[in-house]
Amino acid sequence: MSQIIAKNFNLYYNNFHALKDINVTINEHMITAMIGPSGCGKSSFLRAINRINDTIEGVTTTGQINVLGQDIYNKKVNINALRRNVGMVFQRPNPFPISIYENVAFGLRVNRILTKKNMIDIIVEKSLRDVLLWKDLKDKLKKSALNLTLEQQQRLCIARVLAVEPHIILLDESCSSLDPVAVQRIEELMLKLKDQYTIVMVTHNMQQAARISHDTIFMLSGNLVEFNTTKNIFSKPIKRETQDYISGKYG
Amino acid sequence: MKINPKLSQQLSYCILFLVTICAITPVVFIFFLIIKNGVPNLTIKFLTSMTKDGGIFPAIIGTFTIVVCSIIIVFPVGVFAAIYLNEYAKRNLLTRLIKLAIVNLAGIPSVVYGLFGLSIFVMFCKLGVSIISGALTLSIMELPVIITTARNALNNVPYSFREASLALGMSRWQTVKYIVLPNAMPGILTGTILSIARISGETAPILFTAAAFYVPHLPHSIFDQVMTLPYHLYITSTQVPCVSKTILFGTALTLLIIVLTISLFAIIARLYFRRHRKW
Repeated sequence: MSQIIAKNFNLYYNNFHALKDINVTINEHMITAMIGPSGCGKSSFLRAINRINDTIEGVTTTGQINVLGQDIYNKKVNINALRRNVGMVFQRPNPFPISIYENVAFGLRVNRILTKKNMIDIIVEKSLRDVLLWKDLKDKLKKSALNLTLEQQQRLCIARVLAVEPHIILLDESCSSLDPVAVQRIEELMLKLKDQYTIVMVTHNMQQAARISHDTIFMLSGNLVEFNTTKNIFSKPIKRETQDYISGKYG
Repeated sequence: MKINPKLSQQLSYCILFLVTICAITPVVFIFFLIIKNGVPNLTIKFLTSMTKDGGIFPAIIGTFTIVVCSIIIVFPVGVFAAIYLNEYAKRNLLTRLIKLAIVNLAGIPSVVYGLFGLSIFVMFCKLGVSIISGALTLSIMELPVIITTARNALNNVPYSFREASLALGMSRWQTVKYIVLPNAMPGILTGTILSIARISGETAPILFTAAAFYVPHLPHSIFDQVMTLPYHLYITSTQVPCVSKTILFGTALTLLIIVLTISLFAIIARLYFRRHRKW
């Protein structure tokens, strides 16, 4: 089943045409990577899937993106519910300046999804276990999240997203501020998570896309140039531009 | 000519240090003067007896109520306006005009606010010369300062926190309430502390709106006029002959202590929020 379908999707920053007629169908329970040179629109497209682009002034869109069977650019859509369904992990780890526990519980508490302390405790533990932080942090839950290492902070941000039980997780170059060992461990985590979640990731690191993604989208100057399985993109790309990019001619 | 870096470093250090000394010397001097001359007069009797018995109790009550009333008015209004301007307002011409107007408001002489308060609150709204008129006038005067400092404090909260909260499905208001505001609170309270200090000492805005030369009794409600410390100080030092110097300094010292006491509450609140903000 497909969970994200873009149909003739265009996005403008004021007069700048950032995404041009994007048509793509992203499959569920897989990791789909978006690659392309800086400014190609891959982040803009990712940020269109949970409508976080709306927070930037001057953004307009045409066309559709269907997420879980619903056109998310329809006026009737509840954006807050959409964003709970489509979690996002950012480039730099951005835990809230509160305790580790409160970070994970934040989404549950504020939206009153759960109110009983023991229920929240269960979800916090489960989320932290899922991102492999529980063992290290279970005695420090009251400590500030900002004292963690960058890798732990990024894991915590993933746990914070998992706690509100999304179907889709978007990662916007989420490994780019981490050291290689941490990157490897986060990648292992993503491979583990893909059984339960649909993962879409933007990366500037082609090896990373090749290592862990099932499908790859290649974008250039706001166009979706090629979409195929990662194996095909890297072994026998159809388009000339894709070939040039993965062989390192530009980007 | 190029001075070598080590020399220029030492030179700039000396200049910066000397300028700082110049800046704080008058303040220290004034403090010293007031404390030295004021302390001997700071007796329980002086603080708690009525004016006719040589005390300043009515003026203390007057200043205290006016300052507290105006903070109660100005703090929520200023903070809400700042939230609107910083978190909601689109960057268009109207917003820019509002921001420009706010900055310019801060430059208006305080006596103009006094006359404004006289015509609007005292006469037009028929509130009379009263605590509430004075508090409202001081609030209007202090509003630009509170809005500007609160906006800066809100603006200093990293954008990534807002983004993370919105991406978790929080509404904009939830984001403001649970993430932005708690993190901006220490900065907002710093602005408030400065405002408290400023409005406590202001004479001109309350001259026509709240302050009385002499009231034989304590105020019964916020619609009464009151004696206030700054005005009392001004009157006794310029209009009344043969007032002992110690009484004047005692009054000034009392004013200082009141400002510090009210500020202390804000400082404690700021400590509380700082402790909860862990970055």
